[in-house]
Amino acid sequence: MAKPIELEINGKRYPVSYPADTPLLYVLRDELGLTGSKYGCGEGQCGACTVLIGGMPRRSCQIPVSAAAAKPITTIEGIEKDGRLNPVQQAFLDAGAFQCAYCTSGMIMSSVGLLQANPNPSQAEIVQSLQGNVCRCGTHPRIVDAVHRAAKMMQEHRR
Amino acid sequence: MSNVEGKFIIEPERYEFSAVPMHQFELARRDFFKILGAGMAVFAIAKDTPAMQETAPGPRAFHNEELPKDISAWLHIGEDGSVTGFTGKAEIGQNIRTALAQTIADELRVPFESVRMVTADTALTPFDAGTFGSRTTPTITPQLRRVAAAARDLLVGVAAKEWNVAPAGLVAADARVSDPASGRSLKYAELARGKTLAQNFPAEDPFTPATQWTIAGKAIPKVDGKAFVTGRHQYTSDLRPAGMLYGKVLRPPSFGATLTSCDDSAAKAMTGVFVVRDGDFVGVAAPSAHEAQRALDAIHAQWKEVPQISSKEIFSYLKQNAPAKSEDRFRKQKGSVEEALASAAHRLDATYTVAYIAHAPLEPRAAVAQWVDGKLTVWTGTQRPFAVRDELADVFHVTESSVRVIVPDTGSAYGGKHTSDAVLEAARLARAAGRPVKVVWTREEEFTWAYFRPAGVIEVKSGVASDGMLTAWDFHNYHSGTSGIDTPYAAANQRTEYHPVPLILRSGSYRGLAATANHFARETHMDALARVANIDPLDFRMKNLSDPRLRAVLATAAKSFGWPRKKTQEGQGFGVACGYEKGSYVATFAEVAVDETSGAVRIARMVEAFECGAIVNPDGLRNQVVGAMIQGLGGALFEAIEFENGRIKNPHFGSYRVPRFRDVPEIEAILMDRKDIPSAGAGETPIMAVAPAIGNAIFDATGVRLNNLPMVPNGLRSA
Repeated sequence: MAKPIELEINGKRYPVSYPADTPLLYVLRDELGLTGSKYGCGEGQCGACTVLIGGMPRRSCQIPVSAAAAKPITTIEGIEKDGRLNPVQQAFLDAGAFQCAYCTSGMIMSSVGLLQANPNPSQAEIVQSLQGNVCRCGTHPRIVDAVHRAAKMMQEHRR
Repeated sequence: MSNVEGKFIIEPERYEFSAVPMHQFELARRDFFKILGAGMAVFAIAKDTPAMQETAPGPRAFHNEELPKDISAWLHIGEDGSVTGFTGKAEIGQNIRTALAQTIADELRVPFESVRMVTADTALTPFDAGTFGSRTTPTITPQLRRVAAAARDLLVGVAAKEWNVAPAGLVAADARVSDPASGRSLKYAELARGKTLAQNFPAEDPFTPATQWTIAGKAIPKVDGKAFVTGRHQYTSDLRPAGMLYGKVLRPPSFGATLTSCDDSAAKAMTGVFVVRDGDFVGVAAPSAHEAQRALDAIHAQWKEVPQISSKEIFSYLKQNAPAKSEDRFRKQKGSVEEALASAAHRLDATYTVAYIAHAPLEPRAAVAQWVDGKLTVWTGTQRPFAVRDELADVFHVTESSVRVIVPDTGSAYGGKHTSDAVLEAARLARAAGRPVKVVWTREEEFTWAYFRPAGVIEVKSGVASDGMLTAWDFHNYHSGTSGIDTPYAAANQRTEYHPVPLILRSGSYRGLAATANHFARETHMDALARVANIDPLDFRMKNLSDPRLRAVLATAAKSFGWPRKKTQEGQGFGVACGYEKGSYVATFAEVAVDETSGAVRIARMVEAFECGAIVNPDGLRNQVVGAMIQGLGGALFEAIEFENGRIKNPHFGSYRVPRFRDVPEIEAILMDRKDIPSAGAGETPIMAVAPAIGNAIFDATGVRLNNLPMVPNGLRSA
């Protein structure tokens, strides 16, 4: 029998019993109860399931759980710090950047990934990096605004 | 229904509203206070107001469905001062949870933070026909105001009795009743204490005019926004009651296919797997989604397929299969169109087509069903919880009171979640398994087995006099529907006719319904007529419009857009369109940039003025208006369902293109607040004028007139 898979998620280690080829998303949601990451298409085309793997935004519906075990995983449940919202979460809240909000977790995780790599993205860079995330309610302008706000908040925090 | 006998039937045309019987919902008083704790409950009896009904395509199109005439709304004031309002409407992203709480707080005179809403739970909330037709704001807002006003009067009455003074001299404000004469005051919480009082009130109380609103009318953020940015909010698809199994359903290979044989022995032999066969329904439930999928894959079924119309031939099919003459109720006529056409200075005839499109809500259909002692509880994202309850009761042969439907705040719908498919599937599987079952449709299932905004063909004949007045208007809609079919322009001779055609694909409601198709045809045609008559398109509209509200949105948006504008670049073009529907008014202006070499069309800017009476929450409204503008871009430019041999050819986000960040132009939404006009709904109308404004701008840029939606699925070159 293969060695059981262990995942590091939001700083905690979780043993996984689902088969090794199960996409990470189903392990997160169904086995571990981390339902903040959403199923939107299961095909890597909508971004609702986005998590960070080794700090990089990844579509968790496209990554077999075996391939996700090597690096630390961060989900929407893991970005608050000391009971305070992550600046990106706070910015989405401040900008009212959601309607049905089903895409919000994925939008936030994609944006957290973007801002880690590029702390001061241009409008075009934000649009480019969120192009793979679907918001069917049409909240795009506020989402872009929220990412700008988050970038500003994080810069002020660093100063 | 029983597990072993009878046929589990999923009706093919569930999109139609069955005539819902009127229900006298009577929550037992004891149960009510058991749930909410002691305090004061107030029930309002609705005014005898039949609800406006949206018009779905098909034979019921012009029918009305009435709201119940008895108890319409209620609220509870707890002994801790907390206020709970109840409505059968569902939160699907349109932000009614916030707007309705504002309404109650405003009328009851309590802080916004003390109010919470219980929505769309058939065991707790008043009967409601459904969350559609932009009806929440115009019907539920006044009902909640009535009940809140009644509660306020009741509290004042209790205080008056306590102090032995006349109620007229007392003041209700900030969750207190005060007596200015004596300086005494009591909190609502104190006045409600130990009352366990339930009282019916006639719905005649006058309520606060919009000019005096203090909490309604404010841009209050979404009440539970934090639950969404943290991922803590539990949508239906996130629920996992103890012992829950994951359900999957075997789908036919094509529409209309019937099961001829099915070998499920391998699936049945799998540990922990339940297989249900009931008529053509074949489903499995298993402890995990992958085990359910494995079981489903192990089932070998044979199907008998039947020939189906394809998207390539749909428009000629619709024309050929329309009845020679439609029923009188589908036709409106005045003057003589034929004579007016014959004598017109300018004539223009054209045909427009509109493709099937999908709602594609990001949360696909989902349901969790649980049977306990013969009683069924389901959680599902539906716009019609009471209709779902009735269907479940019907299908499973149990009483309505044995079924409870709860709607968690849902991952959007846009008119696409009226049916109970996933619920029936989950409930059937749960009944067989004796455990809770969750069914979440895959994206492909959602794109294939849900329902669509119907395709349509629209034919227009028209004539204009030499002075630029529209004299003849002949407008025929085949199949797509009646919403927004009437022209607001003052043509002395006109005929408007809807030609129903039997369904091809399963079709139903969609944000704006056929108003988008009818506005596309009408507003494109008006633009083309203006060019024929050599009049500026905005002037031509104004010349033929008398409705002051429609003129006002046009004038307002024109000013912000800067109409008329001079072109400053190659490939630049400007367009306008307008309309009204469901009590709200919209004018949209678009600027496009067409790359003449590649034929690529980019929307550079859109300006929309929108007016829906008194605005309840400008922040939520802005989200709805901008959202509708962006969603409208998709159907205007590239969204289309392609089908052949009963199969959807593009059932994925990779092949069915929805608007993404790069498609979004600079957008300006102007919200016109008319405090003198009762609030209308705003979820639908802002989408209607987007496509024709863009099409008219493309014509302005290129001289190419696009009469088919979507207009440029592959850029202008292949159009």
